[in-house]
Parts: sequence; structure tokens; C-alpha cells
Amino acid sequence: MAGPLNWISQIFSIALFNLRTLPQRLGSSATAVFGIAGVVAVMVSVLSIAEGILKTMQNSASPENVVVLRSGASTEMMSWVLGDDARVIAEAPGLARSEEGALASPELFVIIPLKKKSTGTDANVPLRGVTRTAPLVRDRFRLVEGRMFEWGRNEVVVGRGAQLEFRGLEIGSSIPVGKEEWPVVGVFEAGGGLAETEIWVDALVLQPAYQRGNSYQAVYAKLESPGAFQEFKDALTSDPRLTVSAVREADYFAEQSAVLYNLITGLGTLIAVIMGLGAVFGALNTMYTAVSARAREIATLRALGFRSGPVVVSVLSESLLLALVGGSIGAVLAWLAFDGFRAATLNWSSFSQVAFAFDVSPSLLVRGVVFACLIGLIGGLFPAVRAARQPVSAALREQ
Amino acid sequence: MKYLFLLWSNLRRKKTRSVLTVLSITVAFMLFAYLGAIRQGFGQGIDVAGLDRLIVRHKVSLIQLLPAAHEARIEQVEGVVDAMHQTWFGGVYQKPTNFFPQMPVVPEEYLAMYPEVLLSDEERKAWLNTRSGAIAGRTTADRFGWKVGDRIPINASIWTRKGGEQTWEFDLVGIYEGAERGTDTTQFLFRYDFFDESREFGQGLVGWYTVRIADPERSAEIAAAIDGVFANSPHETKTEAEGAFVQGFAKQIGDVGAIIMSIVAAVFFTILLVAGNTMAYAVRERTGELAVLKALGFTDRGVLGLVLGECALLTAIGGGIGLLLGWLLVGMGDPTGGSLPLFYVPPRVLVTGIVLIAVMALLAGILPALQAQRLQIADALRR
Repeated sequence: MAGPLNWISQIFSIALFNLRTLPQRLGSSATAVFGIAGVVAVMVSVLSIAEGILKTMQNSASPENVVVLRSGASTEMMSWVLGDDARVIAEAPGLARSEEGALASPELFVIIPLKKKSTGTDANVPLRGVTRTAPLVRDRFRLVEGRMFEWGRNEVVVGRGAQLEFRGLEIGSSIPVGKEEWPVVGVFEAGGGLAETEIWVDALVLQPAYQRGNSYQAVYAKLESPGAFQEFKDALTSDPRLTVSAVREADYFAEQSAVLYNLITGLGTLIAVIMGLGAVFGALNTMYTAVSARAREIATLRALGFRSGPVVVSVLSESLLLALVGGSIGAVLAWLAFDGFRAATLNWSSFSQVAFAFDVSPSLLVRGVVFACLIGLIGGLFPAVRAARQPVSAALREQ
Repeated sequence: MKYLFLLWSNLRRKKTRSVLTVLSITVAFMLFAYLGAIRQGFGQGIDVAGLDRLIVRHKVSLIQLLPAAHEARIEQVEGVVDAMHQTWFGGVYQKPTNFFPQMPVVPEEYLAMYPEVLLSDEERKAWLNTRSGAIAGRTTADRFGWKVGDRIPINASIWTRKGGEQTWEFDLVGIYEGAERGTDTTQFLFRYDFFDESREFGQGLVGWYTVRIADPERSAEIAAAIDGVFANSPHETKTEAEGAFVQGFAKQIGDVGAIIMSIVAAVFFTILLVAGNTMAYAVRERTGELAVLKALGFTDRGVLGLVLGECALLTAIGGGIGLLLGWLLVGMGDPTGGSLPLFYVPPRVLVTGIVLIAVMALLAGILPALQAQRLQIADALRR
């Protein structure tokens, strides 16, 4: 029984002794902390971009909602649905209803070039032509400023995200559509979803402006319940009048963001790993310096009867502590600098802009700190083993 | 030269530390080269856009189509040498993630407009003789293992065939190479006549025009003249230089690209700072020895040179290996699996890298070197 207890008390005494001497090695320790903090800050911030985009996409989806596109089309941009087809789709079983009829909203989706506030260059901003059911299908839609456009008139309402990112979307200003200028009369929110990057207008007004006749691009619909999806889908695919496919909104938006999300996550991870490698070298250097500066002390301890296990653990705990401090500083820095930071980028799938907020989530912070600990562990292991393996007599003789 | 041995021995004294310092510098410069390539990829060949080419698109937005009949009218504008149209096909090969640009074009016109697209005479002839013929760029052909003679099915997401069929089959009659390193070799090009007669709707409509002009100096004037021709028609146009068009597209990615770059720049310098600090520490540790050297007759300036030389040697080794590794890593292919149309380390990034190596050697070495220079022998030896 005395064995393990003794071992643990040895660890404690050496570790405490080590940590107390930390201030003497402030320079080299600070270097390691600084390096790790930088790496973690970058990793967390880059990944928070991907998280932010993902969150925006998830906020767009509601479990009862489906998107109907022409079969084969992967995005609204490439799809089209004739007005007659849209009526057939609205008659399909499984749809939720209101006084206005079935909750199916045929919509038109085009892009207009507006100037980005941050750079002053052109950006493809989505302009959506909607019908009266659109706000009912998207139950998180609500006006926060001004009023809704009047149906049949050349007026638009703009999403909160679009208003923040692009020029000329304040209430009272107007946007150029074809040869006309359409006034902005209201601002809406949509639960932080993708729609907040969009500008909405009456579909019947947009159709002639873009020479679309009586056609739409997609039908957004709300089901009675998420379970009614199969029935609805089967009815559409078996109808000989239609060549459309129905997908759940969640799947649709996940697919829309896949390219962008994977690109940023892949890039962020790659960069983090390469930089992590650099930080490991830095940590190794620090710990080797720390160990070699104390070679005689460690040898003395071992000559006094301390075993090599506790020596290893104590060196490791020192590097872990440095990594933990560095990682926490980095994570907090990233959180302070970027959480909620707004930006917009081009979503290649829909060929239009998506505005989003960086999301430094708690799980991301944890991942950053864990990554830092990993760096500390690797950076401390080799010096620790060297310290423990050094022959006592040689180390004592050394100057 | 005789000092090189001394420098080398100094570095070998604490081998582990020297190696680790070199390695962290290596990592920083490897990252630098790699990100240079990614940045270039996002920028998409702005450098190689033809100065004498303009792009004409629908004024309302890029997704609106223009009549094919515009071509003849554009060619009548004074200063225009040639005009040709392209259309975005937007299909996929096998699965949605296999994305690459596909465009129906008129072969002779396309090859005349883009001399940087290199096709052998046989392949050119085969394309002109095969209605369903298509050519692919080297990058895309290698990505999917295509060979000349293969039959390539492309699933259309916009342009269905007559009768609602979504799959288009093309005969691959040629694989083109790029004349310059920046040439986009991810494109898949097929014949417009075949496309126009087979598509279900939209006959006679095309996506945009590329226009060659005689005098690049006059591009703004000619662009205005082209837009003037179609003013107040149902299909008004917006004309701009090819470079501006490509750049505008790259800018859409906008903030995020810039944010990633600036974050990474910050860390690049963090790593360098850490490495620099280690080097400085290594010199400070040897104050006594430096004093001995001075006592042996080394001049102040000689000691300064020794210390600076040591830092320079470490940085040069690390930085050199790093740039080389980055270059090799980029050569292995891009991280998105072929979505970036261009992926290589531009020469100017390598030059910047070399300048950075010199700057870093100086910054890391200058303080300890100055200290070493000012060292009083008696003081230092007593320590």
C-alpha cells in the first residue's frame, strides 16, 4: 500500500517544486504560451466561420418544411416550376392549411448586383419573388422595421443580414431592378436563417421584370407534420403531370452549404495541424531548455530516491499547464475578437451571397483547449523522458 | 568562409534546439507558400486574363440570358475584332460534388479567342467533325481518369434535353493543355450547335459574350459603345474588361478570404517570433564565450557578424526547406479535390518568402548581435 501512495506524493512534491521555479524561466515559458495561444486562436477563429455558416443554414430549416424543385436541379437557381405545376403541387396531400389555402409558396429566385459595404465591390444578392403564403410557410418571418410591401406594387422588404452587408438597403432608399427603381419599405428577420440575406418582393411583380411569364423556380411548403413527408413526396413523384423532386428543408440547406462548409473546415483543420506542428517544436524547445537548466536538480532528486516515473509526470504536468494557459488565452482571444462578427461570402452552390455571424461555440472552445493540451503533451513527453533517463552521476558532474 | 565552420559548430552544440528551431521556421514558411497558392486559387487567374478581351453580359444579372443574335451586332462595333458566346451548363459528372465548369461553345471561334488553350491538330479536327464531341482540360481529365475516346455522361441540372432527358452524353475527342501556368484547365467544352438543337428550351439564347478588341487602351470606350448598341432594348448589356470581370467574381468571396489570410498572417508571425526569441536566447546564453572570442582579438564588428550569421544560417535553412516543402505540398494537389481552377505557388510568393527570410534573420539577430558587439570583455568574463 505504501508503494503507490509514495509514488503519488513524489509526483506532487516534484511538480510543486517545478511549478514554483516557473517564474525563473519566465522568458522561455512565455514563448511557449504565446505560440500555443496563437495557434489555438487561429484554429478557433477559422472554424468559427464554418460553424457560423452551418448555423445560418440550420436556422433556415424547419422540420415540417419541404422544398420542391424540378427534378435534377440541386439549387433554386437552376430549377424552374411552371405556374400550373405550382397549383398541382399545392393540391398534394399532407400539406398544412390556413384560410389562404394550402401552405405552399411558389417562389422566384434571381440575383441582383449590389455593392458590399465592406469592399464597395459588386456582390450577387438574392432577390426572391414571393406569394402571400411565404411568410406563413416560414413561421419565423417577422417584420422588425417599416411595413410589408403592398402586393402588386413595385416595393421590396429586405432581410436584416442583407441590410447590414450591402449598400443602399435602408428604408426610403431604392434598389435598381432592370430599368426601374424599387423602394425599400421594410426590414425583416427570419430566425437568423438564410432568408435574412435576401430581398423579398411580390412574385407577380418580379415575373415580368425578369421576363419569366407565369413561372417560378421552387415551391416551399409546410407539412401537417414532419411525418407526412413520404406521403407528400410519393404523391408528387407519381403524378404524371410533374417532373419535380421534394426534399426536406434541412437536407436541402445542408447540401447547399456542404461545399462551403467543407472547404472552410478542411482548410482550417489543415492550417491548424501545420501550425500545431510549429507550436509543438516551440514547446519542445521550451521544455528541453527547462529540463537541461535543471539537470542537476533532477539528478539530485533521483539520487535522493525519487523514481523516474514521478520525474516524467512532473515535467509533463508543467508543459500541460503552459499549454492549458496558452490554449485558454487563445480561445478567449478568438471569442472576444470574433464571436458574433458579421461577414458575407459567396455560396457557390446558389451563386449568391450568404450573410452570417461567426459562431465561437462552447464546443469549439473546448476543441481548441484540447488541441492545446495535445501540443503540450507531445512537447513535454520527449524532454520528460530525457530528464528521467539521464544517468544520475553524469548529470551531477555536469556544470 | 573560414567562419562558416565556427557558425556550424555553434549550431551543433545544442543539436536538439537548433533542429527544433529550424523545424518551426520550416513550418511557418511552408504555411506561407501553401497559403500563397490558396490565395492565388481564390483569385482565379486575374493575372492571366487577356487585356484585349472584354466580357459582355446581361445588365440585370449574370444569370439572365442574351440572344445569340447579339454576336453579329457586337462584331459591327468599331474596334471589335471578334466576338463569341459561352453559356453556363452547370451539370455534374456522376455525383454533385464532381463540379467543374462546362460550356457549349463554337469550336473554331473559341480556339481563336483563347490561343492559350492548346489542342493538337488531330484533336482540333476531330472536334470539328464530331457533333457530340467535347474537349476537357488536363486537370479535369486527370481528376476523373478520362482518355480521348471515352464517352462522358453529364447530368444537366438546368438544360434538359428534348423530351425531358437529363443525361447528356459527349464523346471526348481531345484534352487541352494550358499554354501558361495560369490557364484554367478545369473546363469541359462542347459544341454549341449540338447543344442548341438538343436542348428542350431556350433555343437561340446564350450566357455571355467574350469580345476581342484591337487596342486594349480603348477598352473602356469600346465597352461603352457595345452597351450603347443595346441600350433600351429588352436585353441591355453590361460590358467590362475580362480582368475586371474575373476580379469582381473573386471579390464576391470577399471578407472571408481576407479574414482567413489576416488571421494566418498573424500566426505566421507568432511562430517566427517564437523561433526568433529562441535564437536570441541561444546567443545570450553564450555571453561568456563571446567575451573570450573578443579577448582572443575578434573585433566588435566581427562578433556582430558572427551572431547575425548564426541567426541567418538557421533562418535560411528553415525558410528554404519550408518554401520547398510548401511548393511540393501544393504540387500534390489542392485540398478541395479540384474545385479551385488554379493551384500553384506563384513566383512572386516565393520571392516574398525569400525577402521575409532575410528580414526575419535580421530582426531575430539584431538585438543579441548588438549586445554582443557592445560587450565589455572584463564585465562579461566576470559574470
